[in-house]
Amino acid sequence: MNILEKRSHPYIPNSLPEIKQEMMQEIGIKSIDELYADISQKYRLKKPLNLPHALSEFEVKRHVEALLSKNKTCNDIPVFLGAGCWPHYVPAVVREIVQRSELVTSYTPYQPEISQGMLQALFEYQSMICELTDMDIVNCSMYDWASALGEAARMATRITGRKEILIPKLIHPERAVTLQVYAEPAGIVTEKLVYDKENGQINTDDLKGKISNKTAAVYIENPSYLGFIEEQVKEISREAHAHGALFIVGVDPTSLGILKPPGEYDADIVIGEAQPLGNFMNFGGPLLGIFACRDDMNIIRQMPGRIIGMTTTQDSSKHGFCMTLQTREQHIRREKATSNICSNEALCAVASAVHMALLGPEGFRELGETIMYKANYAMQRISKISRVKAPIFNSTHFKEFTVNFDEAGQSVEEVNKKLLQNQIHGGKNISEEFPEFGETALFCVTEIHSKNEIERLAEALTGILEGKSDVQASKLG
Amino acid sequence: MFKQASWDEPVIFSRGRKGRRGHIPPKAEQEIRQALGDLNSLLPKNMQRTSRPRLPELSEVEVMRHFLRLSEMNYGVDSGLYPLGSCTMKYNPKINELLASLPSLNMLNPYQDESTVQGILEILYRLERWLAEITGTHEVCLQPAAGAHGELLGTLLMRAHHKLNGDYEKRSEIIVPDSAHGTNPASAAMAGFNVVVVPSDDDGCVSLGALKAAVSERTAGLMLTNPNTLGIFEKNIDEIARIVHEAGGLLYYDGANLNPLLCKARPGDMGFDIVHINIHKTFSTPHGGGGPGAGPVGVTEELAKFLPIPRIGFNGTRYCLDYDKPHSIGKIRGFYGNIAVLLRAYAYILSLGNEGLKEVAEVSVLNANYLMKKLQGAKGLTLPYNSVRPRKHECVFSAKLLKSETGVSALNIAKRLLDFGLHAPTIYFPLIVEEALMIEPTETFEKEELDRFTENMHKICEEAYTTPETVLQAPHNTAVSKLDEVKASHPRTMALSWRMHLKKNAQKT
Repeated sequence: MNILEKRSHPYIPNSLPEIKQEMMQEIGIKSIDELYADISQKYRLKKPLNLPHALSEFEVKRHVEALLSKNKTCNDIPVFLGAGCWPHYVPAVVREIVQRSELVTSYTPYQPEISQGMLQALFEYQSMICELTDMDIVNCSMYDWASALGEAARMATRITGRKEILIPKLIHPERAVTLQVYAEPAGIVTEKLVYDKENGQINTDDLKGKISNKTAAVYIENPSYLGFIEEQVKEISREAHAHGALFIVGVDPTSLGILKPPGEYDADIVIGEAQPLGNFMNFGGPLLGIFACRDDMNIIRQMPGRIIGMTTTQDSSKHGFCMTLQTREQHIRREKATSNICSNEALCAVASAVHMALLGPEGFRELGETIMYKANYAMQRISKISRVKAPIFNSTHFKEFTVNFDEAGQSVEEVNKKLLQNQIHGGKNISEEFPEFGETALFCVTEIHSKNEIERLAEALTGILEGKSDVQASKLG
Repeated sequence: MFKQASWDEPVIFSRGRKGRRGHIPPKAEQEIRQALGDLNSLLPKNMQRTSRPRLPELSEVEVMRHFLRLSEMNYGVDSGLYPLGSCTMKYNPKINELLASLPSLNMLNPYQDESTVQGILEILYRLERWLAEITGTHEVCLQPAAGAHGELLGTLLMRAHHKLNGDYEKRSEIIVPDSAHGTNPASAAMAGFNVVVVPSDDDGCVSLGALKAAVSERTAGLMLTNPNTLGIFEKNIDEIARIVHEAGGLLYYDGANLNPLLCKARPGDMGFDIVHINIHKTFSTPHGGGGPGAGPVGVTEELAKFLPIPRIGFNGTRYCLDYDKPHSIGKIRGFYGNIAVLLRAYAYILSLGNEGLKEVAEVSVLNANYLMKKLQGAKGLTLPYNSVRPRKHECVFSAKLLKSETGVSALNIAKRLLDFGLHAPTIYFPLIVEEALMIEPTETFEKEELDRFTENMHKICEEAYTTPETVLQAPHNTAVSKLDEVKASHPRTMALSWRMHLKKNAQKT
């Protein structure tokens, strides 16, 4: 379809030839080409580009739906994957609100008086994340957990004037790489802390050996990438602060209804991934990076990203909201800005705000409990399969846990392939990321996984590891 | 007349009653609970949460109503003209929203087996090819989450390129024009470069003399927006590319202003080595009040080896994620990009095709020049830099004269526009124009809405001379009147969260 044949494209009201004519007359030109006269002919495209032909709305819908239907999702088969992007239920009210056109189609609220809705919703997002993490200030979003870690490392070096960051060895490899990419140009060096072989916890002797007055920050994750809870938080925090270093903690907020918030163990900066609060996985994006800090002007002034503040009208008659502390940001401070971030993940933050408001304190506790119960049940159930070790670490796990197949003599790749033949998607293969764990997978179980699905997984694994990979589908249903 | 909803909607923390519930998450099955017993036995005591988070307690009804009211106190591009310069606020087609909400996308985990994600990989692979075709680059990477994130990637690519050539230590400078977006120098600095600023000439273009003087063996590259932030096409782009390349630098294209060039001309053909694209601008995905966007980056064949992992591969039958890229800079975020945003761009390109995209470009330029023409002669406004040369997607007026004659500033004009149900242009940018009003209508708005804008602009300028108080005290018709932004950032009154607000109030009493 050539849209010119149709005279006017639905998205372009002034594409109607008569209107163009009127407007050109007003400008005093005979053809739109005159407006491009200053672009050298050698750069003007003479031939159409190699792009698809335009389709009607119905055709676009049919085409995209057909392509997407080639995917298999966790609605089609049970999928036991998380690893930084987790399957959770998104309440209907969240979906309703984040489809409100006034919010969806607005820009960054540069004119606060006409953008109070977005600003208040973002202020409430910030405020509720504060309560969950027990921190004082939260920005209105970073791209994701990984880039938030990069920014946190840079922020810590600006505050302390030091260039070394200590991170756990058992960190999500994508976060570690992203941190490296963000940190290296700032001359920041990262060093990994070894873990206790028995329980995966950070080896505090190693921490004591590596920390010094050159350390800008110590970073831990809770729950860790491999799903276990780091318990020595107070000790690590003390150690960091005793050396004048900042303590940075990465969190999965769905754990914070039942898990001690990092503010209670004196974190200076809290980062994390709020995708699980109101946002779908979407094949890994958009995500929603949490970035929080304590009420300390020396720290606040170094925050990256946008921050919404509460204020009043100039006549003090009404409360209101606006972007604040903008002198940290690129549009004012340019090369001296705390970060280059401009567009962020605002609408995802609104989704999170609605989800948090719906859950409330009780909902958060219950959500945490359900995940804890289900994940631990799955872990125990799988650990009973002979020649399988689950988890590899003797620690408490939340939402995710490791399963090792070394004794069974099968690779994760083989096991996952056979699971898929049984219409089940297994955990993430981490045997290349952490070769020291042998053939190990990272399984994820949340509130969306039913007991029945967990049983199916356990039975399928039993069959596969006992050499009966062609388990009957009927038996699994 | 426009009158925005103005609910007395309290902060959500002061709503609700203890014990009310907005959502009940599923419970673990009875057998599971029985099998595991008390949760406290599972969680180590020192890691248990003992204090309930002080979140609001509301019913579902109240939550819905609260956020609905908030949405009514917001203005989007669906509400009316939104002429923020360099922000390219265009219509966000609803079919794209519908497609992006399909479970066949929403429910995909990024680590799924490749055999289960062939559909989305095919979409992303094709989108990369189309964006490469549109920008005239060799390969495109979809990973960056926003334009500035694309810039960061671009400057990291420059770094990688010069490192491989062994002269990174020497090439420590990135040049940006004085009309550049703030993200350009900020991105360059994040990648470890020093920033060198070159001034614009009388035409609003990069001064060639200044550029020649600025380049040296220290030059890593030049970041350029074209058309620039004055809406003017850099007429000497040929010469600029030659100067930068001869000095051994790379040429970076800030794609914020790509809209007027769609299917008309390509940055790659002009000598740009690295190009970022703002999907949420040019490709019409919603800006969501600040994001999420997407900022894919296209590069020359020579630079492709440095792109972040994974790359999307295709062997003729199957799509895959390829991590085997030894020269890659690594990753700048988790996973592969803002996929739900990118899917909308895929649908947008399909809805327009080559001819449609060209029409987008041409009408966006027609609209901008039409507005410019209609605004010329507005009392107190001037059009700095070559006032006869056609603009591309935007034009920048100055209210300097108006301010000196009436006291009404660009900010006051912006606030007064809101009273007419029109969003304000970008103000005080670019920095090289005093009292700047930077206006980008895009192709989205019909002539009638553009006329409404220009008529009201004329009216406001008249008001400035006759009843300046009306303008100075604006806005009058928005949810709230003019806000005290100084109070918002003063350490004594600053409230960046509800708990900070409570703390400050407690200190006062």
